[in-house]
Amino acid sequence: MRAAGRVAAATLGLAVLLGATVWWLNVRDDERPATAGVAQVTVPSVEQVARGAYLARAGNCMGCHTATGGAPYAGGRGVPTPFGTVFAPNLTPDANTGIGAWSSADFWRALHHGRSRDGRLLYPAFPYPNYTRVTREDADALHAYLRSLPAVAQPNRAHELRFPFDQQAALAVWRALYFRAALHTPDATRSAEWNRGAYLVEALGHCNACHASRNALGATASPLDLAGGLIPVQNWYAPSLTSAREASVAAWDLPVITALLKTGVAAPHGALVAVAGPMSEVVTGSTQHLTDADLRAMAAYLKALPQTTQPGEHSATTAPGQAANASAAAALTGPGAKRYEQYCAQCHGERGEGVAAIYPALAGNRAVAMHTPANAVHMVVEGGFAPATAGNPRPFGMPPFATVLNDEEVAQVLTFVRGSWGNAAPAVTALEVSRYRGAR
Amino acid sequence: MQACTGCHGPQGRAASDGYYPRIAGKPAGYLYNQLLGFRDGRRSYGLMNQLLAPLTDDYLREIAGHFAGLDVAYPAPQVATGNVDALSRGETLVLQGDAALRIPACVQCHGAALMGVAPAIPALIGMPRDYLNAQLGAWRTGNRHAFEPDCMAQVAKALAPQDIAALSQWLAAQPVPAGAKPARALPAPLPLRCGGVAAPMPDESAAPGAKR
Repeated sequence: MRAAGRVAAATLGLAVLLGATVWWLNVRDDERPATAGVAQVTVPSVEQVARGAYLARAGNCMGCHTATGGAPYAGGRGVPTPFGTVFAPNLTPDANTGIGAWSSADFWRALHHGRSRDGRLLYPAFPYPNYTRVTREDADALHAYLRSLPAVAQPNRAHELRFPFDQQAALAVWRALYFRAALHTPDATRSAEWNRGAYLVEALGHCNACHASRNALGATASPLDLAGGLIPVQNWYAPSLTSAREASVAAWDLPVITALLKTGVAAPHGALVAVAGPMSEVVTGSTQHLTDADLRAMAAYLKALPQTTQPGEHSATTAPGQAANASAAAALTGPGAKRYEQYCAQCHGERGEGVAAIYPALAGNRAVAMHTPANAVHMVVEGGFAPATAGNPRPFGMPPFATVLNDEEVAQVLTFVRGSWGNAAPAVTALEVSRYRGAR
Repeated sequence: MQACTGCHGPQGRAASDGYYPRIAGKPAGYLYNQLLGFRDGRRSYGLMNQLLAPLTDDYLREIAGHFAGLDVAYPAPQVATGNVDALSRGETLVLQGDAALRIPACVQCHGAALMGVAPAIPALIGMPRDYLNAQLGAWRTGNRHAFEPDCMAQVAKALAPQDIAALSQWLAAQPVPAGAKPARALPAPLPLRCGGVAAPMPDESAAPGAKR
């Protein structure tokens, strides 16, 4: 009895200690704004508001905080996660449903510490592991801009998360494990341009929110990790920015990188590249609006990223004839070849050569021959336009084949494309197509 | 515009035996409103919603203008399979409406020839029956919206499911005369207020629409 009692006491003690640790890790550097009810009204300058508007573009705040067809920044868009759907709140200055009652200190606390005005812990679907690195000055400018928007009375929609993820305690544990408030620290050994790029990419740009893999609890390793990852639920693969086999830009000239971010299309080494899927949203809502200097800074940073090679990954483009495996080789004369001829060759060419500046080549195309076929599946099934931007106002679009080709047929076409003309990526199965195309 | 013609047929002419509607020769304003509707979520069809998401108003207007300007032959009408009573009910609704249910006749807005009225009211003939059924059903259940005030939602909600089937049967069975085009102007003010149509309206008290 006594031994059992001791074990129970020890267990209880351990639980209390763990709880206290989690609590301490969550509050140790929190900044509780003065709550004396003294509203410190500082009238923002026109410059500060304009700067905030620009920074809101850099962070694409509107992207999540605006429902499709809804009032800008009034919230309501759902961010699907493996744990349920998180709904972005109203950021307009409506006093009751928006952030009209928030001080700049409250806003800073949300961005830097991931806490709401009332101290509630925020879900990291709001990428505060990145935004924590935003400077106080930039946070204040963002707040000034949001305060300048028309107030929209639109109540926030409650998150729809499964137990236990709907619990603040679960969030506290997550934060204890994966979140530390931290400012961006410039690297004195690098140029001012590189440092500016690093700040934009790691902080407001929150690039790694997609371009990094997440663990079972949805955490990324670090804002510096841009080694690629499958975007949960959406099942688009945000390719590695550090691998030459995926989307590294180390071998691209700076103007080509900035062109892609500015217009949504570019032609590195002469072949057309266009953004698609979620990156299309990024270009539309964010990067096309940034200054050439900031785009160049981001490009310089991305170009200089340390390169990795991923073990077990197939080279995208080996010499012709070196098919990756037997099934890919068999596909060259199989039904995939016939369907390619029927549906694809008209635009992409008999030998996957594409048409310069109009239709992307498929031969030697990294996006087609990446190890993960997720994006190729999306493109064939859903089609898609490159984003319409000031620099590319009338983009070409590919038709969806969802109603024409079944999973097996999509797999056949992709297996053919990924194994032809020097492409040497693994075959695609109908099961993979089914997995990636997702619910419609 | 291969991204469009993949489903809507070469030059957007879509056959009458499928689901995807013809877009060639429809009024430009109507097509533009639909493109905006798909992009901004008033209309719900996954493939269209995704395709249009990254496109601007200007580009959508240009795409609408392109298809509105195409003059291509219409497909043959579908053979009606409904019974005589249903077809007769459909014809009555189209040509006369139903005063008791406060349903205006289709021809009052969509033109005497049912070929639509420029710039924003579409033709009702030359369309697949399944598509017509699906659209009226979607308006009735709140899955399709037009700009407010949404007159078609009022009409669809006043229609019984069997009335929708009767209408669609009759409309899909009508041949489109060679060279038929949308009417240039409405013969009379619209019987309902329609947010998507910039046209003369009667004064509000005269509107017979079922107010909700």
